[in-house]
Amino acid sequence: MSSGVAVDLENITIRFGDFTAVRDANVSINGGDFFSFLGPSGCGKTTILRAVSGFLEPSEGRVLIGGNDMAGIGPNKRPTALIFQNLALFPLMKVWENISFSMEVAGASAAERRKRADELLDMIALGGQGDKLPSELSGGQKQRVAIARALCANPDVLLLDEPLSALDLKLRQHMRTELREIQKRVGITFIYITHDQGEALTMSDNVAVMKAGVIDQIDTGHNIYDDPSTPFVASFVGENNVFRGKVKSISGNEAVVTTNRSGDLLSRITPAQVGNLKVGDDAMMFIRPEALELAPTDADSKTTITANVINEEFEGNSFSVFLEGDGGKMIKMSVPNLGQDHISARGENLSLRYDASNAVTMPAGELASE
Amino acid sequence: MKKKMIFSDFFKNNGVVMGTLLIGLVSFWLIFLIILPQLSMLDYSFRFNLPPAEVGGPKDVYTLSNYEHLIYGSDSTHQTYNTVDLKVFVRTIIAAMLVTIFNIFLCYPLAYFLGQSKGSGFVRLLVVLLIIPYWINEILRAFALRIIFGDSGLLNEALMFLHLTSEPIDFIRQDIALYAGLGYAYILLMLFPMYNVIESLDRNQIEAARDMGASWVHIHRRIVIPHAKPGIVSGATMVFMLSAGALAAPQILGGPSSLWFTQLVYQWFNDSLNWQQGAAYAIVLLASTIIIVLTVMKIFKVNMGDIGK
Ligand SMILES: Nc1ncnc2c1ncn2[C@@H]1O[C@H](COP(=O)(O)OP(=O)(O)O)[C@@H](O)[C@H]1O
Ligand SMILES: [Mg+2]
Repeated sequence: MSSGVAVDLENITIRFGDFTAVRDANVSINGGDFFSFLGPSGCGKTTILRAVSGFLEPSEGRVLIGGNDMAGIGPNKRPTALIFQNLALFPLMKVWENISFSMEVAGASAAERRKRADELLDMIALGGQGDKLPSELSGGQKQRVAIARALCANPDVLLLDEPLSALDLKLRQHMRTELREIQKRVGITFIYITHDQGEALTMSDNVAVMKAGVIDQIDTGHNIYDDPSTPFVASFVGENNVFRGKVKSISGNEAVVTTNRSGDLLSRITPAQVGNLKVGDDAMMFIRPEALELAPTDADSKTTITANVINEEFEGNSFSVFLEGDGGKMIKMSVPNLGQDHISARGENLSLRYDASNAVTMPAGELASE
Repeated sequence: MKKKMIFSDFFKNNGVVMGTLLIGLVSFWLIFLIILPQLSMLDYSFRFNLPPAEVGGPKDVYTLSNYEHLIYGSDSTHQTYNTVDLKVFVRTIIAAMLVTIFNIFLCYPLAYFLGQSKGSGFVRLLVVLLIIPYWINEILRAFALRIIFGDSGLLNEALMFLHLTSEPIDFIRQDIALYAGLGYAYILLMLFPMYNVIESLDRNQIEAARDMGASWVHIHRRIVIPHAKPGIVSGATMVFMLSAGALAAPQILGGPSSLWFTQLVYQWFNDSLNWQQGAAYAIVLLASTIIIVLTVMKIFKVNMGDIGK
């Protein structure tokens, strides 16, 4: 099979009438990568995918696949295969006919098509089920048939539009691993769309986080989680506690922020914003629940927060402690379950500490709405 | 077992009183308004046309003579065939088929266009524009067509104005007006079942096929038409049955020489006052059209159940 073809989006803007669904997107995807677009529903992910597959032409900018400009080339002529959000299997065709549809279109003989379909059925562990109709398969099996059908065309790039969203939780987690494995085996570029940050982080080499038509950050899952470049990314990907305030002082890549509730706090400036953040700016500081711990009495006050406990929940592997935070928001601390009975009492005034390297600060901005 | 389930569900959903009432009404409609009259027609068709005094008397016995008349005419030796009536019969069936086929080809692109441009206001307006002419009754519509197709009608005037013809074309005598009238009369019965099934086709299937390189012809052949098949057959059945059984359009738009089989039936009932003969002719038409429809459904592998969808 063909390996790794790069996909580049250059200054893509897509409008529907007056409405701009995608604004000035610049993405360069390495050949053979598993690349995800992550964002809340309605932020323009499907629209970008349709521009790559050729179902719509961007209003501005270029789509390059393997370095070739795709302008004016229809979806049936592009080296891409799209897996639809609802799979769009052909209900009146048998499973093997579904899988080999692209060969039927190309004029292959029935024997050739059947042979290839059976190979692919073996690959997706559905050997011998080729003569069934799609309606006779389970959700996960249909999912795999859709993948096989897309791979049958030997595409250079596979495009997947939230393909797991219809599955139940357990199957979804299983299919994550399976998809990643299929991608490694066939070695082609996967472009994956999801609103589920867990999916994006576990499967992808790189993730683009989108908000209302704008790409906020493109990075590895690890960096997106640890070094979010905007408040939106920090609050959308994983859980995060936000502290608002003004920058008091900056030294190197560290800043002290005077927060509204917890006094002066020390943190890292997130890498993308070093140099952008100035003393006196409105800032937001983020600390993950798992980066907070109970503070010893002699803790440094620059990395200590005190707040009243509102509630505590037992989660099995951890305890979640909720404390009174900024402007209606709660501070959440996650403490591993090492056999304690409980962590805190309701109403208790707790001191929490963190490592300054685990807190990131950036200019204030829009948060993801829950 | 399954039937029972359906019945008990039916009563559960509608309540016993309402359920009984519904079944009662449907049975009444079926038995008294459809089955009994048809059975009495069937009975008529096997009897002699006797003067009232002899009805029920010794001469009133069953006979096949009414059916023989269609095949052999009044020749009791069965040497010659009733070519006049048989010709009309065959011509009616073939013409009804052609009208049906013509309607299929005309409606498919229209239904596809309407069905796939989902719910836009423009499409709804188009559908209304298609329906409004059907508020006008069948006779008026047929006469309107007669005026359009007449010697000095709109069409001939236009053709002559454009110098496409020097003399008016006799559309009526050539039966063009008749076919146009029949095609027009029942076209909505073809369009709507097709439109309904095509509208229910998931657009992503078309896009998926396109993404895999399929041409438009291939997409229609493998995706759209198989999906639309029940609607096409359902529409075709209605158009064929109704065209073959039409009376107004052939009366008004048919040329002087051309008879539609229903006109023969009408003449037996009305002009010759021979209901027995008329009933036999009508039964032959009914049975033939049913057999043709069932055969076509078998060929295209469509079930009765699919048609109701
Ligand atoms: N064909 C279209 N015409 C008008 N608006 C559209 C069209 N397709 C998408 N949109 C709008 O563009 C925005 C992004 O849609 P989409 O890309 O489907 O979001 P996502 O896949 O991220 O949920 C939405 O607000 C949607 O309503
Ligand atoms: Mg989408």
